[in-house]
Amino acid sequence: MRVGVKLLLVAVAVTAAGAVIGFYVSNLTTLAGSRSYSVPVQNANGHPVVKLEIQTVAAVGPTLSPNPDWVSYLVKDQSTGHWKRETVWDLPAHATVHVTIYNFDGASGLRNPYLARPQGMVGNRIRVDGKPTEAIDPNDASHTFAVPALGLVLAIPGVADEAKNQCEYADAPIGGCAMSTAHRTIKFTFHTTTPGHYRWQCFVPCAAGWVYGFGGPMQTIGYMDGFLNVKA
Amino acid sequence: MASEPSAATSPSDSTNHGLRVVVVWLVLSAIATPLVAIYVGPLIPPGNATVQGQGQTFDNQVMTAFVTPILCLLAVFFAYGLIQFHVRRNEAILDGPPIRNDSQIQLLWIVITTVMVLFLAGFGTYELLQDGSGGGQGPNPIALPAHHQDAFQVQVIAQQWQFTYRYPSLGGLESNQLYLPANTTVALHVTSLDAIHSFWAYELGVKADANPGVDNVAYVETKGPTTFHVRCAELCGLWHPYMFNNGRVVDSAQFQAWASQQQRVYASIKPFMNKPESEGGAPYAKTYFPEPDRRAG
Repeated sequence: MRVGVKLLLVAVAVTAAGAVIGFYVSNLTTLAGSRSYSVPVQNANGHPVVKLEIQTVAAVGPTLSPNPDWVSYLVKDQSTGHWKRETVWDLPAHATVHVTIYNFDGASGLRNPYLARPQGMVGNRIRVDGKPTEAIDPNDASHTFAVPALGLVLAIPGVADEAKNQCEYADAPIGGCAMSTAHRTIKFTFHTTTPGHYRWQCFVPCAAGWVYGFGGPMQTIGYMDGFLNVKA
Repeated sequence: MASEPSAATSPSDSTNHGLRVVVVWLVLSAIATPLVAIYVGPLIPPGNATVQGQGQTFDNQVMTAFVTPILCLLAVFFAYGLIQFHVRRNEAILDGPPIRNDSQIQLLWIVITTVMVLFLAGFGTYELLQDGSGGGQGPNPIALPAHHQDAFQVQVIAQQWQFTYRYPSLGGLESNQLYLPANTTVALHVTSLDAIHSFWAYELGVKADANPGVDNVAYVETKGPTTFHVRCAELCGLWHPYMFNNGRVVDSAQFQAWASQQQRVYASIKPFMNKPESEGGAPYAKTYFPEPDRRAG
């Protein structure tokens, strides 16, 4: 084979490898593992208001994932009422976001107790099962929902171990865990700021079955990590 | 009929090229070395925000001063060779006479490089032992700065993907903000909850690995108020690039005000912090091991 042809083949191979790596990195840092869900926007006197409903489930089930035993967040499609495993959410800038989290998972405890103090939302407090709360017991935490760049962090209390009718996996007809199963309800409100990609994540090592609880769903967008795509 | 090509340098050339190179090198080094040491060395991070950072900046000055004559020699040798010995039009390409078994050159080369390496090893060791140079020294540090026994203790806990800071002398205050008092010797106890991270506060001149189960102590002596950046310097997973935050060195009054404000913010979890883990309180130790079996679900 002529030297020129060899050089051309090497150049093509290097270019192709670079393109694949670039695509992977781009995809990883924006939408990897999850399509984005555009949360419907309502207007209140010209001010954008968003209602965001999410679930945390101990096992996502075979319908929503090829990894049915992975822990995951789910988001409710407001148009269909079904739950989807999509953790990249499009939100308007400078909007009021009313969040409801339904947690169907058990407690595993915080390694960093200060995360039990909700911060970054309106009033720096959350409502747990309807009750205003300024801190939960760190040992009762099941997951966290944290958007570090917005200073938003809260710990989500878990379902009691002895609770009856627990959700085994999120495979109800509507996609998520059924509301008839044991769960905790957490509500809070926060405001988005300027446009940008804001990553969010769970800080509790909740990936059961993985080394130290930090692999799999903790390292994969579409499960316990995601982005708030705040758009103008 | 074309004329016979001539060699680039005639065998009868009596020019002392070695002397020329040495003279040019010495002149260039004499000019460049102080300029580089004075103007270039101090520009290399971390700067003079802490005693350790200042020490590293001094080291950079010494190293740049040390390396400048070597770079000058290479540059002069290369440039002189290109100018003097390049092949001109119609000249034949002739190899120079081989240099073999020149014991003087060999001895000179061995002596010079050995002295340089030994000097650098000695200088580096001496500088390191002065105060630890801001590096992690493990659980039993041997390079202790002055007043280390009165050092202000701060625990740095790395996890995927953030740093948390605990202040034992402030009632176990825990925060995601790193504030340090000015003009104080600080002992940073760096550890990790999960994977291997690295705590790098580069304006402070501090870099220490954060490993689960290891209390990696690094000392830093702060000077005046300043701001600094903290980054994870160990590839640690999906969102390693997001693992950074800013810190501040503030005067005593500002530090007390910040501590009081943080204690008010986290007052609601203080009851949980004061109980030992065996009684349901939050864990608080110098090291942590991940507990994969702790989770039920």
